[in-house]
Amino acid sequence: MSPHDPGSLPVAQLAASVGAGRLGATAAVQASIDRARDVGAGRDGLNAVISSDDEAALRAAEAVDARRGDAGDAAALRLAGVPVLLKDNIATVDLPTTCGSRILEGYVSPFEATAVARLREAGAIVLGKTNMDEFAMGSSTEHSAYGPTLNPIDRTRVPGGSSGGSAAAVAAGVTRIALGSDTGGSVRQPAAFCGVVGVKPTYGRVSRHGLVAFASSLDQIGVLGRTVDDAALGLEVIAGVDPLDATSADVPMPSLRGGLAHVSDGLPLRGLRVGRAKEYFPAGLDARMREQLDAAFALLRVAGAQIVDVSLPHTELAVPVYYVIAPAEASSNLARFDGARYGARRAGAGLREMYEHTRSEGFGAEVTRRILIGTYVLSAGYYDAYYRRAQEVRGLIAQDFSRAFDTVDVLLTPTTPTPAFAIGAVSDPYEMYLNDVFTVTANLAGVPAMSLPIGHVDGLPVGAQIIAPHFGEPAMFRAAYALERALAVEAAA
Amino acid sequence: MAVTEHDVRHIATLARLGLTADRVPALVAELNGILAHMDVLAKVDTSGVDPVHGVGAGGMRLRADDGEPYPMTRPRESFAPEMRDGFFLVPRLATHADEEEGA
Amino acid sequence: MTAPDATPRRWAGRYELVVGLEVHVQLRTRTKAFCNCSTDFGAPPNANTCPVCLGLPGTLPVLNYEAVVLAVRTALALGADVHDVSVFARKNYFYPDMPKGYQISQFDRPLATGGRVPIGETTDGAPLDIALTRVHMEDDAGKSVHDRFAGATAVDLNRAGTPLIEIVSEPDLRSAAEAGAYLRSLKQIVEYVGASDASMEEGSLRVDANVSARPIGETKLGTKTEIKNVNSFSAVERAIEWEFDRQCGVLAGGGRVAQQTMLWDGNRGECRPARSKEDSHDYRYFPEPDLPPLILTPEWIEARRAELPELPAARRTRLREQFGLTIADVEVLTATPEIADYFESVARVHGDARVAANWVRRDVLKAVNETGRPIAEFQLQVRPADLAALLDMTRDGVVSGSAASTIFTLMVRTGEAPRRIAEREGLLQVSDDAPLRAWVDEVFAEHPAEAERYMAGDRKLQGPLVGFVMKKSGGSADPKKVNALLAERMR
Repeated sequence: MSPHDPGSLPVAQLAASVGAGRLGATAAVQASIDRARDVGAGRDGLNAVISSDDEAALRAAEAVDARRGDAGDAAALRLAGVPVLLKDNIATVDLPTTCGSRILEGYVSPFEATAVARLREAGAIVLGKTNMDEFAMGSSTEHSAYGPTLNPIDRTRVPGGSSGGSAAAVAAGVTRIALGSDTGGSVRQPAAFCGVVGVKPTYGRVSRHGLVAFASSLDQIGVLGRTVDDAALGLEVIAGVDPLDATSADVPMPSLRGGLAHVSDGLPLRGLRVGRAKEYFPAGLDARMREQLDAAFALLRVAGAQIVDVSLPHTELAVPVYYVIAPAEASSNLARFDGARYGARRAGAGLREMYEHTRSEGFGAEVTRRILIGTYVLSAGYYDAYYRRAQEVRGLIAQDFSRAFDTVDVLLTPTTPTPAFAIGAVSDPYEMYLNDVFTVTANLAGVPAMSLPIGHVDGLPVGAQIIAPHFGEPAMFRAAYALERALAVEAAA
Repeated sequence: MAVTEHDVRHIATLARLGLTADRVPALVAELNGILAHMDVLAKVDTSGVDPVHGVGAGGMRLRADDGEPYPMTRPRESFAPEMRDGFFLVPRLATHADEEEGA
Repeated sequence: MTAPDATPRRWAGRYELVVGLEVHVQLRTRTKAFCNCSTDFGAPPNANTCPVCLGLPGTLPVLNYEAVVLAVRTALALGADVHDVSVFARKNYFYPDMPKGYQISQFDRPLATGGRVPIGETTDGAPLDIALTRVHMEDDAGKSVHDRFAGATAVDLNRAGTPLIEIVSEPDLRSAAEAGAYLRSLKQIVEYVGASDASMEEGSLRVDANVSARPIGETKLGTKTEIKNVNSFSAVERAIEWEFDRQCGVLAGGGRVAQQTMLWDGNRGECRPARSKEDSHDYRYFPEPDLPPLILTPEWIEARRAELPELPAARRTRLREQFGLTIADVEVLTATPEIADYFESVARVHGDARVAANWVRRDVLKAVNETGRPIAEFQLQVRPADLAALLDMTRDGVVSGSAASTIFTLMVRTGEAPRRIAEREGLLQVSDDAPLRAWVDEVFAEHPAEAERYMAGDRKLQGPLVGFVMKKSGGSADPKKVNALLAERMR
């Protein structure tokens, strides 16, 4: 992409240019449409974008351009003319919302997610919906009913999941930002596999109204961005309490982009204590992954941060806890998909058969598996041993973070144990679940976490994860901006 | 705790999943494999920990008993598989026995 | 109120009836429990629905403040312990009128526990109460209609999401009559609180009865069956008796009662099983992750207590003590708070509570029941002050007792003030001797034979002669005076 290509402009600059009238929103959107075609973002190529309406996007862009006439109105739009993509489990009124499933094939929601409404209010243009593991259950986007998404860095490999489509599209340059959802790592892990930034906010920061629920106490809408600043702006726009979501937090989002201002200081991270949690660096961790993280710690130290060893002793229980709680909540959340009021219906002789045919044909293997696990751990006789027990251990995991954050401000960990694996390489369900080993803890505790690219292993991107305390996004972004800057400086040298 | 074929058929019925008989053995194996990893939770000392009731902050936020109904941009007929006279239609219940299942 | 009768005769002495009642009450809020849809009755099917109560993907519940207020007031009025922290839970099952595939209810941390419903008094005047287990909140299901379209079930979700409270009694009821008394008392309390219309006919109050039988002297509970589909209090009583009889028959024959749900068939007068084997319900309750715990401060709860109106038992006691009325009087007069208010207004203005009580019990309630409309509407026609004025006029002899009845009937029909009606209809009582004597003379002239025999001493003719005078006067003659004037003529 040439430097004059709107697609190469950071989001803040693009919005400012459109707002000031230097650039047309239609030009920005057209650039994305062209880029999508060039990289093959759709079904015949990466299969990252599974539905779009170019005409509608251009019309929306024209409307944004028309607002520029009103003095200052377009200037006030923080995302004026910025094309965005949305994971297909986020409700939109103009494009289908399939959740990567047959059971919602062709379903167009009659209401829109709060996060999408906020993006549109800020002048962003929705370009399309992206592919995902069915109902967000997966770590590779191989479990979509609409085919797998390919990693643009290496098309024989997975982009990660479940927000693989959004991550791949951002990595391929189709848009600078996209929304995903993160329940156990589904924004951060694909971000790491695709070499982009992925942020999961504090639980309750972003309204879940309009996010099709997978595991209600773990889900959050997250932002994928080309750079830390792109993601920061996206998150600032969508965050904030929503009366339509009783779990959304009445805590205003402070400025995240303030961290950007200080990165050029000599020691931008002076006073910041960064924790190195030993449980995230197990003996079996790939040595090259460890090396990348060590280099990142070194850069943070050079930027003025103090590195402190900490321990989060219950970390190894996180995957079993997650795989009890998430399927349990999912089994209940997915009960509404029965063919009665919306979605695909498969006929049956009576009501019971209609339910069973609809669900057996509409749900894929992984979703079926998780509904079974979830139903089992909630069922009579097993609730105490599994679900209740898992929620108690979850409390211990949350406590680990609270204690760690008494001595440090943020943690730095690997995002994933390995870089992107080959399509079809992982077939054992539990082995697939282990991809989430470093990411599920943040969902269980409700703390914010983000991944940013820090290097390559075998030519494939790898990410480091920054975890902060509840509502600690400013500290998290401060560290992220500084690390990103230090890496860029190093790469340029 | 080992899951049996009977268990799988029972929970599949609870979840209205319509599993065909040929899928059951493989699912039994898969479930047992996955659940084996959860056994470690039984050994953890959780005395003194309150189970997490949602990670959201504070007590529940309520809404006032007024305001306009939430709008829909398209009518029910646009997404309903079958409607007639304003009712959602589903296949007739197999037995009157199902009639009073609800509370 | 006195304690109702004990167990039906057939098994008396052998088996004891044990009944627990679960009552669902629809709360009278404007909007639903978790969304802004209207709770208005009678809308076209699915007109009062939105993405939330349709259970569309991506929607979330947000609880109605007024529903919490009404639920807490009701729990307090029932003497229950309202908890600072309560937790909502999902009750998972598949049914077409349950759009999310689960109901949002409360499980092991309900809104309130304990409480009681008064059902009468023991023989020595001590209150007889039935203990409650708990009061909790939940949302209602929609309606399934099975016979409108062939081969299909029609689903209307207007009712889905309406806020309910469930009131669960301990299994302490020992007869069908006690169950009926419990329900009537509970309904009255709920109406006094203003929480609900509490009408079984309209569906804003629903009853499930848990019935079991055990040998007299046995303390362990027998297997219970659950009776549903009753739509009146008397049906509840009949269903309980029928089911008890059936269970005793099973036990007496050496069999065991099967735990099952029964449906009452009012036409046939019997219960039939709702389902054969089937998977028993495994609701897989777990805390609702979309709703943080409900936290109520003690101050907030006490503020709701201060908002409670005078409850039925307290009102009955006060009316008895303050107005010197009988138990029978106050039971009728406090049937609803509106009737009690009407009575008190009349009593206060007129001053003689006994007279007011008689008129309200007899004439007012008769007129109200004839129209089938609530007393609030009756009150627009016959204002309490106007009825009090009529009673004043009767007391002061301005109109006679029988004239007053006539005037009342006209007041009901026309809504006019009593004096106006009396003047226009010529019902003002005539007590002056001159006109009365003139009428007596006329009557004597028209009935000479009877007059002669009367004057000769035949007292039996006094009544009929008074009657003639009253008729001639159009009802306005003062009957006492007429009697006196007639007596004068006797030799």
